[in-house]
Amino acid sequence: MKVTLRVWRQPGPDAAGEMVSYEVEDVTPEMSFLEVLDTLNERLILDGSEPVAFDHDCREGICGACGVVINGQAHGPERTTACQLHMRSFADGDVIDVEPWRAAAFPVVKDLVVDRSAFDRIIGAGGYITAPTGSAPDAHATPVPKPAAETAFEHAECIGCGACVAACPNGSAMLFTAAKVVHLGALPQGAPERESRVLDMIGRMDDEGFGGCTNTGECAVACPKGIPLQAISSLNREFLRAARKSA
Amino acid sequence: MSPTYAQYTEGEPVADAAAPPGDIAERWDRRRFTARLVNPANRRRYKVIVVGTGLAGGAAGATLAEQGYQVVQFCYQDSPRRAHSIAAQGGINAAKNYRNDGDSVHRLFYDTVKGGDFRARESNVRRLAQVSVEIIDQCVAQGVPFAREYGGLLDTRSFGGVQVSRTFYARGQTGQQLLLGAYQALSRQIEAGNVEMHPRTEMLDLVVVDGRARGIVARDLVTGRIETHLADAVVLATGGYGNVFYLSTNAKNSNATAIWRAHRRGAYFANPCFTQIHPTCIPRSGDHQSKLTLMSESLRNDGRIWVPKAHGDGRPPNAIPEDERDYYLERLYPSFGNLVPRDIASRAAKNVCDEGRGVGPGGQGVYLDFADAIRRLGRAAVEERYGNLFEMYERITAEDPYQVPMRIYPAIHYTMGGLWVDYDLQTTVPGLFAIGEANFSDHGANRLGASALMQGLADGYFILPATIGDFLARHRPEEVSPDHPAVAEAVADTEDRLHLLLSVDGDRTPDSFHRELGELLWDECGMARTEPGLRKALERIPALREEFWRRIKVPGTGTELNQSLEKANRIADYLELAELMCLDALHRAESCGGHFREESQTPDGEAARDDEQFSYAAAWEFTATGTAPVLHREDLAFEYVIPTQRSYQ
Amino acid sequence: MPRALLTVTVMALTTKSASKPTDGKRAPGKPAPAPDRPKRYPPSLPALLWHSTVGKKTVLAVTGLIMVGYLVAHLVGNLKIFFGAEEFNSYGHWLRTLGGPVLHYEWALWMIRVVLVAAVVLHGVTAYQLSRRDIAARPVAYVHKRRRASYATRTMRWGGVILGLFVVWHILDLTTLTVNENAETGHPYENTVATFSTWYGNTIYITAMVALGLHLRHGFWSAVQTLGAASPARERALRVVTDTSALVLTCGFISIPVAVMTGVVN
Repeated sequence: MKVTLRVWRQPGPDAAGEMVSYEVEDVTPEMSFLEVLDTLNERLILDGSEPVAFDHDCREGICGACGVVINGQAHGPERTTACQLHMRSFADGDVIDVEPWRAAAFPVVKDLVVDRSAFDRIIGAGGYITAPTGSAPDAHATPVPKPAAETAFEHAECIGCGACVAACPNGSAMLFTAAKVVHLGALPQGAPERESRVLDMIGRMDDEGFGGCTNTGECAVACPKGIPLQAISSLNREFLRAARKSA
Repeated sequence: MSPTYAQYTEGEPVADAAAPPGDIAERWDRRRFTARLVNPANRRRYKVIVVGTGLAGGAAGATLAEQGYQVVQFCYQDSPRRAHSIAAQGGINAAKNYRNDGDSVHRLFYDTVKGGDFRARESNVRRLAQVSVEIIDQCVAQGVPFAREYGGLLDTRSFGGVQVSRTFYARGQTGQQLLLGAYQALSRQIEAGNVEMHPRTEMLDLVVVDGRARGIVARDLVTGRIETHLADAVVLATGGYGNVFYLSTNAKNSNATAIWRAHRRGAYFANPCFTQIHPTCIPRSGDHQSKLTLMSESLRNDGRIWVPKAHGDGRPPNAIPEDERDYYLERLYPSFGNLVPRDIASRAAKNVCDEGRGVGPGGQGVYLDFADAIRRLGRAAVEERYGNLFEMYERITAEDPYQVPMRIYPAIHYTMGGLWVDYDLQTTVPGLFAIGEANFSDHGANRLGASALMQGLADGYFILPATIGDFLARHRPEEVSPDHPAVAEAVADTEDRLHLLLSVDGDRTPDSFHRELGELLWDECGMARTEPGLRKALERIPALREEFWRRIKVPGTGTELNQSLEKANRIADYLELAELMCLDALHRAESCGGHFREESQTPDGEAARDDEQFSYAAAWEFTATGTAPVLHREDLAFEYVIPTQRSYQ
Repeated sequence: MPRALLTVTVMALTTKSASKPTDGKRAPGKPAPAPDRPKRYPPSLPALLWHSTVGKKTVLAVTGLIMVGYLVAHLVGNLKIFFGAEEFNSYGHWLRTLGGPVLHYEWALWMIRVVLVAAVVLHGVTAYQLSRRDIAARPVAYVHKRRRASYATRTMRWGGVILGLFVVWHILDLTTLTVNENAETGHPYENTVATFSTWYGNTIYITAMVALGLHLRHGFWSAVQTLGAASPARERALRVVTDTSALVLTCGFISIPVAVMTGVVN
């Protein structure tokens, strides 16, 4: 296979960027999308040019480091992460546009690398259960009904890749925030901080410059882990409940 | 003529002076009692550097900050949530005995020492088993969504040939959930200002002042700035070195630079040849392959492993009749069959592939066939048990395992070796601690399934926070001048090295060297090792290293985000570490756990341990690059678990 | 003691800050210091709602639902036009005497108008503020354009503007009768027929009602989602309710100009 990559190149945070075309030959259907970028980079290095910078690490779809917009879709055409996207999803001769996540809260660092630290700060604002080491009661002290544990798990699967923000026309982080609020809220251990958690996390989310939710549903479509759109409704409910109780 | 690298010398034995004597069941409690404490009001004056934010580092950073120390923490990833602990699938062991199936702290201790093929330190393993119980409590309190039964209590499963059900899990994403628990606790401390977090910052050297670890030199990966961070103690939680093989199940950027730099600054490196190979990984599909993906071992419960009897049989698997298939594990190990331990299954696969009977691209694979299971149990039952794994396999290979047998091949996925530490997890450099996979302590020559997560969290949440206090209490919080010659020297070393990498401007990419080194190491220091092979590798590695420094090409500058520079700098360290691994493998002329020397096997082809000669941990002291290191033995005494030979026939 | 404290301070100063000047601007990839935000929440519920995007969305949803409720009543009243001039005109008169004799003439109507105006203003202001924020949150567009979301979802903003303008025209036409061809106070039936006897009256009205349908289709469901009332079990039923009500309201309103045009009402 031979494909043409049109890649966003931007030397630094404040520099101007542009799309640059590269032809990559010797692409096989078994290759992952990131391996095509690897192949391109090997050639660029030997040509004496700057390789394309992109974030990646585990390449198993779990660390959440990778993430690029491929042909206008976060993580590309399959419902998975870019590292688990294989070239068999493309055809010989395809022209593929590769762009970084676009959001005010995720400024571009270089090429396809963006700064997602705003997510860490949302978690820091309240996305935890306060349980200092050593203070825990026996694990069986509080049984957790299986459905609650399942709900918690399904929302805890979020890998923090930022595809939801990248896909949202408003650059909103509601699905990310909702996933954590629902995860912790579903468990009895999360109950004591239920109100402060949601108010603090939403407050921080707003402060970081993410947009609001207009319920377009794009986030849930892009989410490689299948966090349901419903989570946002639950987040809204939690917020209103907390607002009533706290104000 | 100067001595070659292989002509190492032997120094004084090294002993673990920190473990208290007496009944093993009371040692940890006694150690905690004898440890000096830092007055809570004084803790704020101590600064502790923690490098890495995986299970061990994340847990340690959060806990030390809760205790009141100033923590300065680093990770090379863009967020502390991405450390590779996140990829662990199976579960975490704990001696809770919730099943009432005869489990106990002592049994977990026993299983771990035996599983490690009697090359681990008893005191440490006993403590690990004891602390395992508290880990589950801690994680549940944090909101880790472990699998539960309908009654609301925690579910467990059995794992890796152990006879009790003590593995707690969260579907196939246990590592992710545990790591996020630690990450959230850490995030809370970052927000509170107790942890100063430096993401996208990589440690490149250790600062040792007057024989004591006092800080690190790090590179801000975004701006390229070289920074010095000084503190009262340094904790390395930087994981293992499996990526030295290029193809492994480690994350692409996992690296050995932090521990290797610490080794160069005086920390002994123990048992570097103890690497673990996982038998059920998806084989490589071509030369472009950048990493390997592991699939849970549980697949071997119902899948049958085979290769064609004929050499170079190119027919599709379903066209090969039953009597022309060799179910080699069932043939060689009739009583354990497909469920032999990891190392044995891996070696057997290598042997049949070496014979030319491997399948798939390059003949590097064997079939894992579910046709019988589907016939016996029905497709629905197989789907329920392994559905997610089958899906993952199909996404990567585009082959439907319900129709065509899976292809699997072993891959490197864990390293038992690491920095030598005493019972307090302190290295031979005072003030430098190593926790998690970065140290060598608990798994001996082979790690049991679901024990890596246990060890990381035990070290991070419970052990280090107790022992580091003792060290700090013995030292006043004193400043180190940033102008101290040792600081300036470490900075200059780092800058020179990066400058050199950038200025060679040769004609080979960093990855090309990494691949070459990885292939060499996989062939000679992988699943089966021989003296001639290791000697060959020991000749080849220095030549490759020399070529690296002559022909490496790193584009760009050092003052920007430069991923090629990051890579090249890590590979430079692999080129030194690989040499030590081969030397360690050569010197250990026995087979044990993950280390299989073809010269040392039973008549049946099993690993033959040599307790007479090798019942010790090999701690290596660095001398100079390419120069023979000094071996320090730590003799291992087994008072509670008596060494026996493993047999799976 | 002070010496020890000084030591710590010096250490802190000589580590990171020595090598990294703080120019007040955050380097990408580095965490920003925690934003200066009061940890405690605003003192009152309205303030809390007004200061967050989710709160503003709540205002948007509640005001939207108030308007939906009004539209349902309005449609029911409008459909009386099919029963002839007398019934329709007397309904118009009843609206003005609603609440009597306790309430004075038109008082009830004015109360409704005040609530509606408040709803429209709040709806418009929050929508404007949220839109500004949303656009700012995505300052750079993707080069590769791709159709996103449904037509109804993508047209919420302009649809809302169209509806706002329509309301102004609608009031000038049939309430104040400023632009009405007939402009006969107390004779809404004749005035309505007059409007729908002009080509532009029909065009404006029908266009606006289509926009209303689209706005409701996404807006009604979105409001339910925003108020946290959606759940997986209710998802299907909710979609049916919101889609049906959007369709019924649109068709119901459009039936009147169609009836005038076809001579069913004259």
